[in-house]
Amino acid sequence: MTEAATAQKPSSTGAPVVEMRGISIEFPGVKALQDVDFRLLPGEVHALMGENGAGKSTLIKALTGVYTIDSGQIRVGGAPVSFARPAEAQAAGVSTVYQEVNLCANLTVAENILLGREPRKAGAIDGRAMRARAREVLTSIGLHIDPASTLSTHPIAVQQLVAIARAVAVDASVLILDEPTSSLDADEVAELFRIMRTLRDKGTAILFVSHFLDQVYEISDRMTVLRNGKLVGEYLTAELSRLDLISAMIGRELGEMDALARMTASHEADSSRVPTLRARGLGRVGSIEPMDLDVHAGEVVGLAGLLGSGRTELVRLLFGADRPERGTIEVDGKPVSIRNPRNAIAAGIAFASEDRKGEGLIADLSIRDNLVLAMQASRGWARPVPRRLKDELIEKYIELLDIRPANPDALIRNLSGGNQQKVILARWLVTQPKLLILDEPTRGIDIGAKAQIMKLVATLAAEGMAVIFISAELEEVLRISDRVVVLRDRQKIAELEGRSASVNDVMSLIASHSDGSTLERNAS
Amino acid sequence: MSTSTPLGKLRTNGLLWPIVALVALLVVNVIARPSFASITLRDGHLYGSLIDILRNGAPTLLVALGMTLVIATRGIDLSVGATAAIVGAITTTYIVAAPDPASARAAFIGMAIALVACALLGVWNGFLVSVLGIQPIIATLVLMVAGRGIAMLITDGQIITVNNEAFSVVGAGFVLLPVSILISIAVFIGLVIITRRTALGMLIESVGINPEASRLAGIRSRTIVWMVYVFAALCAGVAGLMITSNVNSVNPNSVGLWIELDAILAVVIGGTSLAGGRFSLAGTLLGALVIQTLTTTVYNLGIEPQAILVFKAAVVLAVCLMQAPKFRARFVRRPKPPTPAIRPTAPAPVPSKVGQ
Ligand SMILES: Nc1ncnc2c1ncn2[C@@H]1O[C@H](COP(=O)(O)OP(=O)(O)OP(=O)(O)O)[C@@H](O)[C@H]1O
Ligand SMILES: [Mg+2]
Repeated sequence: MTEAATAQKPSSTGAPVVEMRGISIEFPGVKALQDVDFRLLPGEVHALMGENGAGKSTLIKALTGVYTIDSGQIRVGGAPVSFARPAEAQAAGVSTVYQEVNLCANLTVAENILLGREPRKAGAIDGRAMRARAREVLTSIGLHIDPASTLSTHPIAVQQLVAIARAVAVDASVLILDEPTSSLDADEVAELFRIMRTLRDKGTAILFVSHFLDQVYEISDRMTVLRNGKLVGEYLTAELSRLDLISAMIGRELGEMDALARMTASHEADSSRVPTLRARGLGRVGSIEPMDLDVHAGEVVGLAGLLGSGRTELVRLLFGADRPERGTIEVDGKPVSIRNPRNAIAAGIAFASEDRKGEGLIADLSIRDNLVLAMQASRGWARPVPRRLKDELIEKYIELLDIRPANPDALIRNLSGGNQQKVILARWLVTQPKLLILDEPTRGIDIGAKAQIMKLVATLAAEGMAVIFISAELEEVLRISDRVVVLRDRQKIAELEGRSASVNDVMSLIASHSDGSTLERNAS
Repeated sequence: MSTSTPLGKLRTNGLLWPIVALVALLVVNVIARPSFASITLRDGHLYGSLIDILRNGAPTLLVALGMTLVIATRGIDLSVGATAAIVGAITTTYIVAAPDPASARAAFIGMAIALVACALLGVWNGFLVSVLGIQPIIATLVLMVAGRGIAMLITDGQIITVNNEAFSVVGAGFVLLPVSILISIAVFIGLVIITRRTALGMLIESVGINPEASRLAGIRSRTIVWMVYVFAALCAGVAGLMITSNVNSVNPNSVGLWIELDAILAVVIGGTSLAGGRFSLAGTLLGALVIQTLTTTVYNLGIEPQAILVFKAAVVLAVCLMQAPKFRARFVRRPKPPTPAIRPTAPAPVPSKVGQ
């Protein structure tokens, strides 16, 4: 590996807009960053790469003043800075979209976009001007939603786009995007990249974090790789092969990744038997048109469809997160009435939500508590999970999913995004469900861990679990699924054999049912 | 940042500043009046200013314990003072009207009836909050306002005086220590065991930290929130018994007046955040002691009555500021300069896998 590549010639000219030298940050017990150098040039897209917990988000937060650095120096536009809070960084022209969408769910889309910069008329906020300005910004990133709608009424991906809109609405010299694409569809990613290129060509320096190598290679000019809080090196994207990148990130050669490609579902579902899940005419007004769905033991069923096609809405009904208004559900041939998550859990259904922060994490509790939460909830408060069993489970899953730090007492809020996701996954695995529903389970997970999780899902299915798998990444869905259910406009439009179907098959199915309004999304 | 030393531990679990405040207040008192610290044994009872603090602080502590759980679920209960008044009113009215107003029997039945009524008040609050989803501050405001009226109706607008030895024991009795503080400490210990030895504490915190995630994890949030309000009402009820029994009379207008504020302050001083989530019963215990010592100090120092509330407010503000991470980060010098502007984390994670 070319560890000495740090002194590459920059692809673009000009002095760095951001220069960080010798940055170290230590949290109690964790050296999150150790002596890291980083620079960002005007007019480049710079990818910050590394495994979950490598320190990418921490480096960003060090720059924007969320964290105070223990040592090192930061220069923005040549002048030494030390931002005391993110607002100061913003004022200095550093605009940031953090990994966890950081907006006010109760405010409107327009208010969120222009918060702190509201257009005023005679001192008072000019609501009309604000909505007009917000609409402009939204249109510029290709998002057609009502600026006056409340943010929380939109799915997480749209919220992510709103956060991006907010960041690009200002003329910043530095734009930082920490995993902006983690829940976006291909179309939205393309739109985002178009905007990023425009901004780059105007001279904006863009820092981009993503675990999707395809995206990184498509958009970035240079990369900085971190591993375990240390700098590995800075490279020109064009000069670094994927394999080299991967080994720079994980610090060893890779055998497992190849296995990933061939790790198609090797299990056989027995569809002659009674299905584990049998839903008939399940629906809810404004959410999902009545539809049928069968999932057999040992089968992975993927849900494919664009954003807003009803993937998440469907599984929320199955789990009782929203109350179904019509239809029946049978589990193992027995009718069950699912009106809330408790009913579903009692029936052997588990659901890991796509909204990790809002619907998954109990931020102030430890890894241990988060991990046993669902199991504890179904036992009731009076029967605590025995200490021994708890320790066993925690040890097992920390090991199995490689959760870091491997300290059960660490607060989950302090984990990196990918590691939080793993804990939530483990929370449901310990309940040993019959049907496991995974909504974007690989969101924000690095490629090594992604392979692990995909393998785990395949293994669980092979052991007889029924799985419903949702992901914005169609390849991923097709690779893991025995059967793919294609949704469009909140309706089921087709079912395909997972292994024989291709991305193109699915996309053309969706397009052929299209009536022209491909990306129209509404608040309802 | 060492968390292995006792001091480091206290700092990370937020008990350091309440302890400092308590010790400081005690020192001030001893300086002002050296006899403050003396405790004497007379007729098998302990006497002294410190014992008085315990006795007078017992109702506040009890109410604060209930309040701690309510606050942990993101709630607040403003009706505890009114509940205390209602319980006092029911008990005394029953005892006075009983055929044998001096008997232990009358006292017990009176208290039992009052506590059942009090549990119902808790059920009412819990219903408004957990089933109807009304904001806790509004939901409990209803009873806060209406409660004293109800108490007045029960006593017919009178101040009722009772003469019943069995009843006096609750608030004024001694078994070496005042009975009231023994009751409060027993509730404290019981509560610590029931929340920390079972999963109740964790589930309450979970509901308080993220209600939606908790619901999706299958927690019976509604039942938990409901239970917590009933418990808070019962605590308030017993506190009401202590207060009325201590003076052998009830004035519906003054029993437990402002006790909700003292209780909330005790909880906050103890380090439980009003935003809900993690709670500390030990912190609340300390907080209640700080509040009561403060009140005693004010009288002890002879501070003018008009200035009492301001003085109290100043001390509370100081403790709360010291608790606030942002404030500390900015104004308290630490040996190792710039530390991340984040909340202090509980136990230090062991970087066993990180550096592999
Ligand atoms: N506030 C905090 N307190 C304690 N530890 C923290 C805190 N924030 C981050 N860490 C730790 O610092 C390390 C780096 O985390 P960071 O969030 O920067 O990772 P990341 O590279 O962004 O990972 P991911 O791809 O999963 O988002 C992790 O080990 C994490 O647990
Ligand atoms: Mg991150």
